[in-house]
Amino acid sequence: MIAPSAVQPISRVTAENLVEIDAVTFGYGRRPVLQGISMRVPRGKVVAIMGGSGCGKTTLLRLIGGQLHPTSGTVRVGGQAVHELDRDGLYALRRRMSMQFQFGALFTDMTVFDNVAFPLREHADLTEDMVRDLVLMKLEAVGLRGAHNLMPSELSGGMARRVALARAVVMDPMLVMYDEPFAGLDPIAMSVVGSLIRRLNDALGATSIIVTHDVVESLQVVDYLYFVAEGRVVGEGTPDQIRATTLPVVHQFVHGEIDGPVPFHYPAPTYDEDLGLAQARAEAAHA
Amino acid sequence: MLERARRSLARIGHNFIENVWRVGAMARFFVMVLAASGTSVRRFRLVMREVYFTGVQSLIIIIVSGLFIGMVLGLQGFETLQKYGAQESIGVLVALSLVRELGPVVSALLFASRAGSAITAEIGLMKATEQLTAMDMMAVSPMARVIAPRFWAGVISMPLLAAMFSAMGVFGGYLVGVVLIGVDNGAFWSQMQAAVDFRYDVMNGVIKSFVFGIAVTVIATFEGFDAPPTAEGVSGATTRTVVSSALAILALDLVLTASLLRGDH
Repeated sequence: MIAPSAVQPISRVTAENLVEIDAVTFGYGRRPVLQGISMRVPRGKVVAIMGGSGCGKTTLLRLIGGQLHPTSGTVRVGGQAVHELDRDGLYALRRRMSMQFQFGALFTDMTVFDNVAFPLREHADLTEDMVRDLVLMKLEAVGLRGAHNLMPSELSGGMARRVALARAVVMDPMLVMYDEPFAGLDPIAMSVVGSLIRRLNDALGATSIIVTHDVVESLQVVDYLYFVAEGRVVGEGTPDQIRATTLPVVHQFVHGEIDGPVPFHYPAPTYDEDLGLAQARAEAAHA
Repeated sequence: MLERARRSLARIGHNFIENVWRVGAMARFFVMVLAASGTSVRRFRLVMREVYFTGVQSLIIIIVSGLFIGMVLGLQGFETLQKYGAQESIGVLVALSLVRELGPVVSALLFASRAGSAITAEIGLMKATEQLTAMDMMAVSPMARVIAPRFWAGVISMPLLAAMFSAMGVFGGYLVGVVLIGVDNGAFWSQMQAAVDFRYDVMNGVIKSFVFGIAVTVIATFEGFDAPPTAEGVSGATTRTVVSSALAILALDLVLTASLLRGDH
């Protein structure tokens, strides 16, 4: 049995939530991933969703973005039930949100400039001069104005992540979702990306959701954290509350303990059974 | 023994159902591509860009292959025709073979190997690296922005490439027949002009290449779009594109030839 949350839920802290997830269940085939999960993301805040691999963090982002539909429960963004929208409604909503993918998902046949300009050219009726100014402003914000002529193959992992960040905010969205923005980055790049997420969120008046494993970086950047395990929220709170929590599952995750409520071993028969030791012992005893 | 036979039968049945399912999914995909083609019409430069990648960049292989096949036809044709004293009809033989049959079919096979496999690999890799998902999340339909322009580029390119192939083949036949062997230049061209009918020979070839263009690009884009997002998945999809396209081209060629032939020929 998972221990209940030890801190005050965010839904009671703020009145206005941009994202509301209520009692959502979802599974891939017969494998359940989310089991009645609920959470709130208030407007203007940076919220992290944390948990072990395969706990359903990225699935949550895909549900918020309307790429997946929940088996039951509701996902609301800006008051609209995402899974009830038709294609036009979903696309209208997606124009006001954006997502940064784990490895950037930059278009490999376009330069950095064209990648960042892509949403503007597709959705905004702007002159090329205006597109150029906007793109260079966003690239300046992520420190890559000088790299605008490079192709994605010429960028390091950290640079690609920053270009993806510039592309994600170029339309000034109300909601930005980040899927593992710190994965595979060196400490400097991680710090740069973390501070950029915070600065851009505050400058644009946006709301951000970060799905990540990185506890240290997240605690410095976010306003609120959710811990997810076994398809449910098992802990939540502000960074200070999380640092101070004694909740075993959160404590294990924050301190990187190998074993605990989140087991090290994947469910399996006993080691003796798998190696056939019981039978060998019985034969040895007979002999 | 019985169990092994049962398993083999089950595997055959499973593969059959799987293939029928894929054909159905491909037909549905084709309708979706047509429905998403508005962007390709409004922003025709997207199609022209793909015409460059699929059509223009296939020119070398088409031109060289057409030339060689025309030369081989010239040599083989002369060998046979001279037995009947009809070596001056070599132009007719080369032109009719190319315009009616070899031009559309061989250029479509080459197009499937060169451009079809590239389209599948590109779309498959875009899927594997989440570029298509990213596009969809930006409220830009991958079907309209990525698939439809490639489809129409293939449909436009294919008849042009087949025409280029046939023209180069006729030139190859001319080089062998007239320049190398010494068949009369006037007889070569005048007999060809008299025997090749624009409506029933040239247009039939154009219709064939147009249909082959649709078949190859639907297969190529579908396989890329449907590829599992792994290295193995993309490589398997690329192979399937070449094999399925080749089979589709040859099967459609039989059907089209049977339906387009005139009774009095």
